[in-house]
Formats: sequence, structure tokens, C-alpha cells
Amino acid sequence: MKLHIKNGRVIDPANNIDAQQDLYVAAGKIVGVGQAPADFNADKTIDATGLVVAPGLVDLSARLREPGYEYKATLESEMQAAIQGGVTSLICPPDTEPVLDEPGLVEMLKHRAKSLNQAHVYPLGALTVGLKGKALTEMAELTEAGCVGFSQADEPILDTTVLLSSLQYAKTFNYTVWLRPQDPHLGRHGIAHSGPAASRLGLSGVPVMSETIALYTIFELVRATGARVHLCRMSSAAGLELVRAAKKEGLPITCDVGAHHIHLSDMDIGFFDSNARVNPPFRSQRDRDAIRAALLDGTIDAICSDHTPVDDDEKLLPFGEASPGATGLELLLSLSLKWAEEVGAGKDAVAKAVAKVTTDAARVAGLPAGGLTPGDVADICIFDPNTRWTVESKALASQGKHTPFLGYELTGQVKITIVAGHIAYERQ
Amino acid sequence: MLNPQLNKNGELKHLLTIEGLPKAIITNILDTASSFVSIGDREVKKVPLMRGKSVFNLFFENSTRTRTTFEIASKRLSADVINLNISASSASKGESLLDTIDNLAAMHADMFVVRHSQSGAPYLIAKHLNDTKQNHVHVVNAGDGRHAHPTQGLLDMYTIRHYKKDFTNLRVAIVGDILHSRVARSDIHGLTTLGVPEVRAIGPSTLLPSGLEQMGVRVFHNMEEGLKGVDVIIMLRLQNERMSGALLPSAQEFFKSYGLTPERLALAKPDAIVMHPGPMNRGVEIDSAVADGPQAVILPQVTFGIAVRMAVMSIVAGN
Repeated sequence: MKLHIKNGRVIDPANNIDAQQDLYVAAGKIVGVGQAPADFNADKTIDATGLVVAPGLVDLSARLREPGYEYKATLESEMQAAIQGGVTSLICPPDTEPVLDEPGLVEMLKHRAKSLNQAHVYPLGALTVGLKGKALTEMAELTEAGCVGFSQADEPILDTTVLLSSLQYAKTFNYTVWLRPQDPHLGRHGIAHSGPAASRLGLSGVPVMSETIALYTIFELVRATGARVHLCRMSSAAGLELVRAAKKEGLPITCDVGAHHIHLSDMDIGFFDSNARVNPPFRSQRDRDAIRAALLDGTIDAICSDHTPVDDDEKLLPFGEASPGATGLELLLSLSLKWAEEVGAGKDAVAKAVAKVTTDAARVAGLPAGGLTPGDVADICIFDPNTRWTVESKALASQGKHTPFLGYELTGQVKITIVAGHIAYERQ
Repeated sequence: MLNPQLNKNGELKHLLTIEGLPKAIITNILDTASSFVSIGDREVKKVPLMRGKSVFNLFFENSTRTRTTFEIASKRLSADVINLNISASSASKGESLLDTIDNLAAMHADMFVVRHSQSGAPYLIAKHLNDTKQNHVHVVNAGDGRHAHPTQGLLDMYTIRHYKKDFTNLRVAIVGDILHSRVARSDIHGLTTLGVPEVRAIGPSTLLPSGLEQMGVRVFHNMEEGLKGVDVIIMLRLQNERMSGALLPSAQEFFKSYGLTPERLALAKPDAIVMHPGPMNRGVEIDSAVADGPQAVILPQVTFGIAVRMAVMSIVAGN
């Protein structure tokens, strides 16, 4: 199908474009920006007047809960949530049941996702068998099956020898290792940021040290091995300071932050609101401000939704017993826009926000996505940057209805999501 | 966010924590309690304030002492008391906390007295009752995790007021394992709300939570320095499982540095009172000579505790 998207504000961070232009799509690819190719006859014309035409969003972490946790969410529900959120490529961590540590499982997930014909799904393979931190997985086989990197999700590697050898092995084949910087012991049973709020509420803490000590270890291992590491879900000012220095030193590292952490702090736990139980925990307002600044100066490469659907039975529990996690796919765009708006990016705000969830994210993950260059796969998100909407359970397609933003009014709403040239979602 | 323990008129509907309670509400509880103290001395130890009401003691965590005091308080208010040891029943059958609550509420409970090992559990229950419009059911927190033990905090305030009259010229020291203590947290909020100018926390760094200063507390690691010139000493119980391990080397060593001995007590004001929420570990946090000495008010605390719980239950039930 040939599409002509006219009169929109095209924002393509990959090519530094932010201008009113027309976009042309044919045979699943972008075939023209600004100017139609010769003999182009559109089958369908989309009028994007007043709307932003951006690359489809690339989400660096979305748990689809399949296989194994279908009671929390299914591929169908979460893929629908993705396209409603404008997400056309998503990376899913390997902490499913069974764990994504065998090529067969990865192939099955890719196949199931492909048959839904919605967003592109890129799994991360388990770094160690069963995520147990002991034996390496068959990384080459897993890569062949479609894994784009290797991760321990939230599971620790207790033995530093294994962490070292996993980085050495990954480096041998130039695979990227995705690590959550968290000390395996410090704060392991913590449920909130160590600080005045946790002390007051009597919640056991996760100290900032848990992040910084892990970063020191990881950086030392990266220096020794040269392995490329992506740091997942940064949470603290001190941790970001270390990342800034490590990047300056030239270490091959990148990092992301969960969209919730840009806006919330431990104060948002309020009266034990289990919707604010997330991993890593919301830290202090100072940490949150450092996250906002680090996104602006490029220390943090990308924003992800950290989409983690949790069902009622696991959320309607005392704070400490509630499962961590919040739904995020449908909030990613709005929360990113909110960040750029609030840090005073002015007329560039929308473009800055878009970059963090498209081009920058695709670069981090090494995905063929996140841009609108002619020849690229036509993954496109068309949204109204000014529509205000209220976050409500019933407005969410995801089976995960829990988010600390319930009741918030957010700005920015996806109107049309195009995946590989076909209209996967159109808001009625 | 609305404070879930107050109704829309700002009256106490549930008692979940002392934190954030207006001074007037605390003072009203203490005044009401003082009118109940003498009931224990009467031949007929009952008042009809909660006649026909059903109080459910929901103890998700074992406790004999606190449960008994609530049971006595309920009975003196003429309420019907049902004791449920939940850890041994529905929780082990996989029933969720809120399902249990809905079932009991359907039995026309008027009040839940809740003890739970998780900080915040009574909030979940109160919020659920508020959200599901079961407004006739009240929740009293009988201790949740490390978070709060508001009736203990209030009986401590009652005891201090009884002996010291005025809060605004006092130095109060809280000694021991503050990190894991819900009593300490409730005491701190009570003391600061009632205008105590100096609240001290004394203990080793491993047993003090971070951010105590933000709660208006002065931190001491040296027992002798911390006790100097104080009017009230609140000793905390050291749990058996914490007596040796990563936080403390041994009970003996704890006693050596932080045990309340007659010599150390002599550093406080001559008329200082010694309190303890019980049960005491003699020779671990407190020397027998002090526990049984003239300055100890540990048994009066227990007596006042009944009156304070009666006050809380009757006030909450009326709102």
C-alpha cells in the first residue's frame, strides 16, 4: 500500500529534521520525505495537519509476560498496548517462564509476535542459563534465533568470575550485554529508596550504594574486557555521575532510564501506594532532578517504558508484598514529552523527547529503526502533541492496569501507528 | 492525597499512625483515656460505650500481650470481641488479605484491630474499606512491620504526661534498636507533635535508620552522652534474632554499650522516668535493678495502655 502523509510536522532525529513536510511510503518502506518519488500514486492519504509525524517509538524494555505469565498479560494485549502507545519496536527482557535461554523459546516468541503483525519484537537472551548467574547461555545460537543482546533482567550474578567471563565471551562476538547496576547483596530485600521516606514508613531500604558499587565493578570489567555494556534503569544522581565520567573516559557504555523515574520520587509512595512499588525504587527528588539533567546532557541515552504488567492479585497487597512494576507502553510518549516540556526545551521540546524514544534508543540497541530516511522500514508514529488525556485503567489496552500515574493528566496522544507500511492502529 | 485515617470532617475514623495527627486529636485521646483509668479499679469494670459492637482482633503476626490488652479494652467498653489468629487460618489457605477483610466485614464487623508484619498493611485495609464504601467499619493499627504502633505510642504519651505534666520542657531519649522499631517511630511522632523540644535516639549506627534527623531527632551513639540530663528514657526491646549477626556481635556487647544500668541512669535527671514497651530482656537492654527500681514506670504503662486503647476504640467507633 502506498501512503501519502501530508501536512504533518515531521520530526526525524536521525536526520535532524523538524519541519512541515510530506512523507511517502510504499512497499513497507519510506520512499520520500518532502518530495514524492516519480510516478507516486497514493492508495491512501493521511492528513496530518497539526500532528507530529515521527519514527515509531523504540522501547528498550517492555515485559510481554509470555511465555509463562499469561495471567499477568498476554502477547495480544501487550502488543495492542504497544501500538496504541506508538511503539513499533520493542525489546523484551528474558525473565519469562521459562527464561529465554534457549533458541527454540526465542524463535517461538518471535514467531508468535510476528503472527500478530504489530510491533517488531526483539528479545534479549538470558546471559546465564536460567538467569541463575552460573553457566553462560549459547549466545551465538540465541543471536541467530533473533536475540539482540544478553541480559540478566533483574537477577544478580553473585559470582564476579561469571560476570567477567560473560563479558569476555560477549566481547569475542561483539554482543552487547545489558546489565542492571545493582549489588547482588546490598538492598537485595529492600523495597524503597534508603532515605527519610523509607525510614518514616518503616520500609527496608535499597541504598544508592547498591547502584554505585555495581557500576564500579562493571566499569572495571569493561576496562578489562572491552565489552559493550548497556546499563538498564539508572536511578541515582551518584550513579549518573559515575556513568558521566566513564563515558568521558571512552568506555563503550550506554544507559537508559525508566519513564516513571523521570517524574517521581520516594515521596510518591504516599500512604503505601503499591502502584509506586517499582524496581529500582523511586529515589529522592535530588536523584530525580539528576535524571532529568542527565537526559538533557546525553549522559542517559534513552528513555524506556520499563513496561511491567502486574495483575490485581499481586498489587493489592501490603507495599512490601506487592509485585514491583508498572504499566508503561501507553505512557512512554507522554511521559517523555512531559520531561522535555518541564526541563524547558521550549520549541525543541517535542523533538528532544522524540529523539530519546526513537533514534537514540535504536542506536543503543543496534536496531534498524528509529528514523525516517528513504529506504528505512516505514515504522511511523503520528501523534497530537497537544491532546490532553487522563490516565485511567479503562483507557489502557495493556492488561497491566497499575501505574503510579493513575489520575494524572498527560499531554500527547498517538493517533496513528504504522508498522512496516501498514496502519496497525488508528485512534477512533 | 487524602489522609485515609480521617473522615471528611477531619475526625479520626481509623487509627493508623500518629504521624500527621493534629495535636488536638492526640490530646483528646489522652484526656478520654484519663477518664477510663479509674474504671479498672471499680467493682464492675465496664462502660456501655461499645455495647452491641463487634471488634475483630486480626493478628496476622503473633502477639499475646497487645492482643490481650485490646481484648480487655474491648470488653470494658462492652463490645463483643472475636480473636482471629490469621497466620494460622486463611492466609495459609491462600486467601488474599482483602478477601479475608471482605468476608469479615460481611459478618458485620464494626472494628478491625490489625497487627501485620508488613509496614502499611492497615492502610491497605482502611483504603479498601473506604474505597468500597464500607464506612461503618473502623481500623485500629495494632502494629505494622517497622512502621507504626500508634496505641503504644499514645500510651507512652499518656504515661509521660501523667508523670511530667508538661511536654514542652522535656528531653526524651529513646534507646536501642530504632531501625526495626515501630514503637520508636510512633513515639517520635507523638513527642514532636506534642511539643517536646528534644527527642534523642541512642544506639549503634547499625540499629539507627537513615534520615532520623529529618524526623526531628538528635542522634547519639554514646549512651552516657545521650542520657545526660534527660527527663524520660524509653528503652526498646532487642529482638532475639537481632542479638547476634551482621548488625550486632552479641547481646553481652550490646548491654556493655547500651544497657541501662543504675550508673547510667544516674546521668539522667534525678526524677527521670524509665519506660519500656515490653517484653523486657533483663540483662540485655535493661538491668534488673533499673527495671524494678523506683524510677521505672513500666507496669503503670501497661495499666494506662488499657485505658488508652479504650479511648482510641471508643473515639474511632464514634466517627
